[in-house]
Amino acid sequence: MTSPVTDAQAAPTRAGVRVRLDGLRRRYGAVTALDGVDLTIEPGELVALLGPSGCGKTTTLRLLAGLEDADEGRITVGGRDITRLPASKRDMGMVFQAYSLFPHMTVRENVAFGLRLRRAPRAGRDRRALEMLELVGLTQQADRYAHQISGGQQQRVALARALAIQPTVLLLDEPLSALDAKVRAQLRDQIRRIQLEVGITTLFVTHDQEEALAIADRVGVMKEGRIEQLGPPTEVYSRPATPFVAEFVGLTNRLAGEVRGGQVTVRGMTLPLVDQAVPDGPAIALVRPEAVTLASGVAGAGGALAGSVIGVTFLGATSRVSVDLGDTTVLAQLPTSEVGSLPPGGHVTLAIRPDPVLVAQDSQAVPEA
Amino acid sequence: MSASGARPVGAGRRIPLAWAGVIPFLGYLGVFLLLPTGIVLWGAIRAQHGPGLTLSGLKLLVSPTVRFYFVNSIELSGITAVMGALLGAILAYAIATGNPDGLIRRVYIAGSGVLAQFGGVTLAFAFLATVGPAGILMHASWYFDYPQGIGLIYLYFQIPLMVVVFLPAIDGLKIQWREATANLGGSTWQYWRHVGVPLLRPAFFGATLLLFANALSAFATIQAWDNQIAYVVPQQINTSIISEVGLASPNEPQILALGMIILVAVVMTGYALLQRRTARWLR
Repeated sequence: MTSPVTDAQAAPTRAGVRVRLDGLRRRYGAVTALDGVDLTIEPGELVALLGPSGCGKTTTLRLLAGLEDADEGRITVGGRDITRLPASKRDMGMVFQAYSLFPHMTVRENVAFGLRLRRAPRAGRDRRALEMLELVGLTQQADRYAHQISGGQQQRVALARALAIQPTVLLLDEPLSALDAKVRAQLRDQIRRIQLEVGITTLFVTHDQEEALAIADRVGVMKEGRIEQLGPPTEVYSRPATPFVAEFVGLTNRLAGEVRGGQVTVRGMTLPLVDQAVPDGPAIALVRPEAVTLASGVAGAGGALAGSVIGVTFLGATSRVSVDLGDTTVLAQLPTSEVGSLPPGGHVTLAIRPDPVLVAQDSQAVPEA
Repeated sequence: MSASGARPVGAGRRIPLAWAGVIPFLGYLGVFLLLPTGIVLWGAIRAQHGPGLTLSGLKLLVSPTVRFYFVNSIELSGITAVMGALLGAILAYAIATGNPDGLIRRVYIAGSGVLAQFGGVTLAFAFLATVGPAGILMHASWYFDYPQGIGLIYLYFQIPLMVVVFLPAIDGLKIQWREATANLGGSTWQYWRHVGVPLLRPAFFGATLLLFANALSAFATIQAWDNQIAYVVPQQINTSIISEVGLASPNEPQILALGMIILVAVVMTGYALLQRRTARWLR
């Protein structure tokens, strides 16, 4: 076995490898956690699995890590079948959701621990640990214990520890969920920078859509043990494949309408459909807040698209405006500079940009009260 | 640290009465710990002939006779503490690896809580009736041998006490530490060697010290087991109190008690220091 210390000085890890999950299934008693997951992660790519609690994203990651066994399916890394390999032989670095640093070891000892398990010489593993701490910007904290550093710093140490062993794959199990918003955003960017620098194939699991869209090369949206859609963040957001994806990723207005001839008519406005094969009949159109525009005052005698402003939420460069249309509420996202003329209680006229939209039907079509 | 729900809500100005809540506890501590300790200390250093204080009486603590009782006490407490700690730790580990909500665990914990307090005449008689020289289960000729016989009886409450004290520490080992070790390439053996055992070590030694102090202060059980001969310090204190003749010094009970207080204080200081580290690591 080559020493991970001696040949690791130049690059923090080995070049990325391709990871393939084929038909992974996992059941817990009567509950199906994974129902045939297929996923290929290209070398050096960062794929984020996104979904609500219980959708199977963490189970997928744990199966890949070897912390649980698949009932069916196959896992290959770099062309090698590792489906039945124990976790300790899989050569993967993992950052856990909760702080998993060993409390009786210093930061440096934590980072060097994987190399210690591999019986690397002390001087080499210390040097490697310091390199990794430099990578995450924590050399000053090398001799501190976990309880003496902040939550964000602990997760950076965990990242350094995971990378110190030069893993073939990096697994991130909601590593930012326990941190406050500002630290979360900073660490998210740092993880991405390091991942690109190292070039390691990475699977990132999160329930935070903003996090997934910001960090990933591709996002996989999961529901009930299956991947509903896998694609680049822009595609998942702007061209969701299913109503579930449309509603889970980003905010969506649900507006009652009528499908006819490959188009949906919503309050007198006709919008094209993403899926032309939708049968005619009543449906719920899923419209992004960015596709809604507002104009001050009521055009003519009012009508279906006239309403009053309920409230404005300041989001920085943009603001979100809630508009009461009488029988439903619509959200519009506008540049903050345009919102000044829309005071709460003021009358507005609403328009919808004619982008292709998805519709929800049958059981999915639950109109808002 | 989050505030307790027992605290009143609101930012209004109040008379600072928070300290008043500890008055009953401080009163209890004063009457049943500090006052007796003071009386013992005063009795131990009070001059027997004439007024004033003297430390000359403390020489009794290093006399061969008294040393015999202290050596016996330390030997019996040490043996039963170490054996109780080892067996109790194994039992606690077995419980911890079972179903956390299972019936077996609940029964074990409830049973251990009761048995840890089960001592004195009842326990001595129970052993005498079952494994004594004329016991129902066996006729153990060594039952009245010291320290085997009494040691076995002590283990009956030492092991459950270890389970009660040590189980929370084992429960405090996070699954993430084990998974992180495996993920970093470590085997089960390496996990226990580098992570599990080092993390549990302070808790184990702390619990062993607690068991030691528990056995050291036990009196009723050994007295019921054999009230003819004094083997350990508490028995000799009792003998000194009720005897009118044959005392090495008129204030022998106080001097022996002072020796016990010092010994227990040292042990409990060690326990507190180890417990502090355990609390930080395994909370």
